[in-house]
Amino acid sequence: MSLLEIKNLKKYFATQKAVDDISFSLEKGSIFGLLGPNGAGKTTLIRMITGIFYPDEGDILLDGKKFDPINDVGQIGYMPEERGLYKKMKIGEQAVYLAQLKGLSKNEAIEKVKQWFIKFEMQSWWNKKIEDLSKGMSQKLQFVITVLHEPKLIILDEPFSGLDPVNANLIKDEIYGLAQRGSTIIFSTHRMEQVEEICDHIVLVNLGKKILDGTVQKIKQDFKENKFSIQTTEVPANISSSAFEVINQKANKLVVKIKEGHKSNDVLNYFLQQQMNIEAFNEILPSLNDIFIWEVEGTKSTTRAFQPVA
Amino acid sequence: MGKIGLIIKREYLTRVRNKTFILTTILTPLLFVVFIAGSIYLSVKGKEDLKVAVIDNNGYFKNNLKNTANVIFEFPAGIDTSNYLDKGYTAILILPKFENTEKAQYIVRSKKSIGLGTKESIESKINAAIEDNMLEQAGVRRNELDSIHTKSQFAELKSLQEHGNKAEENNQTLAYGVGYASGILIYITMLIYGMMVLRGVMEEKTNRIAEVIVSSVKPFELMMGKIIGIGAVGLTQFFMWIVLIIVLSTTAQYFIPHDTLQQVQALQQNGGVMPGGGMMQASESAQKIYGVQHVLGTANWPLIVGCFIFYFLTGYLFYAALFAAIGSVVEDVQSSQSLTLPVTMPIIFSFLIMSVVIYSPDTPLAIWSSLIPFTSPTVMMARIAYGVPGTVPYWQLITSMLLMIAGFLFTTWLAAKIYRTGILMYGKKITWKEMGKWAFKKS
Repeated sequence: MSLLEIKNLKKYFATQKAVDDISFSLEKGSIFGLLGPNGAGKTTLIRMITGIFYPDEGDILLDGKKFDPINDVGQIGYMPEERGLYKKMKIGEQAVYLAQLKGLSKNEAIEKVKQWFIKFEMQSWWNKKIEDLSKGMSQKLQFVITVLHEPKLIILDEPFSGLDPVNANLIKDEIYGLAQRGSTIIFSTHRMEQVEEICDHIVLVNLGKKILDGTVQKIKQDFKENKFSIQTTEVPANISSSAFEVINQKANKLVVKIKEGHKSNDVLNYFLQQQMNIEAFNEILPSLNDIFIWEVEGTKSTTRAFQPVA
Repeated sequence: MGKIGLIIKREYLTRVRNKTFILTTILTPLLFVVFIAGSIYLSVKGKEDLKVAVIDNNGYFKNNLKNTANVIFEFPAGIDTSNYLDKGYTAILILPKFENTEKAQYIVRSKKSIGLGTKESIESKINAAIEDNMLEQAGVRRNELDSIHTKSQFAELKSLQEHGNKAEENNQTLAYGVGYASGILIYITMLIYGMMVLRGVMEEKTNRIAEVIVSSVKPFELMMGKIIGIGAVGLTQFFMWIVLIIVLSTTAQYFIPHDTLQQVQALQQNGGVMPGGGMMQASESAQKIYGVQHVLGTANWPLIVGCFIFYFLTGYLFYAALFAAIGSVVEDVQSSQSLTLPVTMPIIFSFLIMSVVIYSPDTPLAIWSSLIPFTSPTVMMARIAYGVPGTVPYWQLITSMLLMIAGFLFTTWLAAKIYRTGILMYGKKITWKEMGKWAFKKS
């Protein structure tokens, strides 16, 4: 069953179609990557899902019911890209306050904040102020505040920026944990290696439209170029085969591209017939980074122009 | 407690717990006293002291030109415009021979320019001397003239105001003082608390916490929570000032000797006259205390305090909403300054009008500016001190109050629409035109 379903969502601003007819759905407990270049409409999309903006057209279904921004806020945890906390407020009080705004009672909030602070070894922070924290520390705090009220849907915009590898791993483990306990996570980022590592499912938006939608594996399969790498003990002087061509060679490691109508076994057959000892053979799938660049480049979206909305 | 309650509580507590709040609450009344005492001292002492050398071509003025508190006339021999400064005079006055038929030109010369007040007092002294001269020529004897001068200084105007069937004493000096003080207080608090709202909204926007909070509550709740919370801080401050005044004046009573206090009570019971047909004389200090208490008693304090709280609250709400709207569209202090100017201008303007109205609370300017919400909190407070319904008829007070309520509802509605869009808008300089578009577009 899908936790969040977005149907034909549209939001036009005076000079831009920020979100132009986007639909997708998220499985419960999945980690979902929302990708796109700067200005693609990700933030606007997220703001509609969090109830900050009302869509011009289209529907958002949360847990099968129409999303109600006023009563459903407690089900959503949102960590915006630009972090924000009150600088002069004590950290413990601030966390309790923000949890209360999400609908927790005071005692519940205090209880939860304490639990999380112990988990992240932040107990000594309670009476400190935000201005005393480093960027990474306030990042951790912001994450705690986002997930504190155990929302069904957690939206994280660039959650790892500014974190050292140890703390990034801590948060990453926490994200996996939350997903296992049934939370659904939307993860918005430009860092493709993180998406490949963490996400089950991705959507790529560009110029306000959805251009890719699927699991990471499926998308990679869709974009594969039939490239294989093969490593042999010796390399024959002349390689010529109707089945493939060599596009790169480094010492005894070759990158080959299989021609239309041939299979990977044809490559192996060729080398076997040549009496070569094969040490390694595997398919090269494009990285998400490459796919992202292929899809976005050429649309000139990096300098998205303002155009009047017809 | 609803979410808006949480926001109000946070806004209120973070400010009230602040050390600066406690300090300003205690120090402001002290500063006020110092300021008032200082300005009284300066207005008494600060006048220029002039030593004027007089060249008298009539020989008459020497005995008749009377010195004032800060102008001394002297009649040295051999003085002229070239040497009066060297001989230690600050000015020289040249009096030509009387020409009874036409107005004579009198000239005063000095190095520094002479203030208007001083010029007028010199003029009136010359006129008095000429008047005396003419009376003497008409046959009034010198000693008669002097005794008339001393005897004729007894007029003391006591003004009474129709109040139903009886006339009640009213006191312009008190009305002036109370009106001016409450006008200034409203002016200052509207500015200070308005700017506090502006800074608070700007902080939330530039800190980006607005986005976190707006995903939990409606922007309107966030804005109103802030405005109400800060307004409550203002009320707390007033309340503490009132308590402070009561505590101080009660403590002060313990320093008054017991018999003086009894005399004051006796005076109060008998309307200012000691009982026993003048057999007992009240001491001077008892009479002074009674005088102050009596004067303070002529003001309608519940009405003044009630109106003060009403106009503080509505005036604050009126302007705080505008300040919140401005705060939501700016990201740095510099650009906020050019946008806040049109909001602070009417507040400053209302203070200027108030300082005119305090002298003449019945002019059309006074009436109109105490009805229009932009200026009415400050101006109306200045007028109310002169009496309701005497100076301010009930219809004016009620109209002003209703307009004030309508005014703040309107600015709040307007601000909410600008705020909702502005608080999440970054990296763009917003113009008045755009704000207007947000405010009036249909949602």
